[in-house]
Amino acid sequence: MSHHHPTMSPDKRPDDQQPQWRQDFPIDVAQDDYVARRDFTKFLVLISGGFVTGQFWIGLQNWMRSHRGKPPVYRIANLSELPVEGSITFKYPGPHDDCILVRPTEQSLVAYSQKCTHLACPVIPDQSGKCFHCPAHHGVFEMGTGRVISGPPRRPLPKITLEVRGSDIYATGVEVSTV
Amino acid sequence: MSRISENNLTGIARTRRTLTRPQRTTIVYGILSLVLTLVILQLWLITATMNAFLGGDSAVIWPAAGASAVCLFLNLGLLRYLYVIERPSSGK
Repeated sequence: MSHHHPTMSPDKRPDDQQPQWRQDFPIDVAQDDYVARRDFTKFLVLISGGFVTGQFWIGLQNWMRSHRGKPPVYRIANLSELPVEGSITFKYPGPHDDCILVRPTEQSLVAYSQKCTHLACPVIPDQSGKCFHCPAHHGVFEMGTGRVISGPPRRPLPKITLEVRGSDIYATGVEVSTV
Repeated sequence: MSRISENNLTGIARTRRTLTRPQRTTIVYGILSLVLTLVILQLWLITATMNAFLGGDSAVIWPAAGASAVCLFLNLGLLRYLYVIERPSSGK
């Protein structure tokens, strides 16, 4: 029995030379390719819409951040509680924002957000190398400035501005930067 | 509807009638390449914007959102053309 269907086999041989299963269930490969590419294009346009939504979400977050106002002044510790080369962790400006205060020398104090700017793992002060080390992916930050020395992070650690009133240490703000 | 847009529609309909499947496949590949390029550009834009936002730099946020929206509109235009070449012709 001769029958005609508008399909093309992958090996381009005529239908009567194809195995029985292909004659019974012919798959039009060219049409299959066409539909797959077309649907993939449609899916990519959906992804494109997702990216635009993300961009506007960042804009919204930025607007909310700019209307949040100045962070509060927060007492971290007394100078007598922090020996030279010692460190104290604290939460600032919110209750979930981990920060670390370090006293590298007698006369200096530095404080940063403890979240590594790579994937938010906590950084640990390394007094011998005068740096902060992230044990998760080996990001290293300079202790004096918070800048990235090595590893995957792209931004410096957010810096907590400090003020010493009498013998008490206060956090007064957060400074973020891209370099 | 103006005379010009009627002419355009007739042109698209005529093109659609004369397209063979291999030709339509080639067009789909072309559209796919353009859309993919624009989506990669958008990916780069959102990565750079997020980095700037987290670093406290808000100057680039809205220009980048605008550029990304332009890419989306271009993609939607290409998608519309994809639907146009698939629409069954009434003149058949």
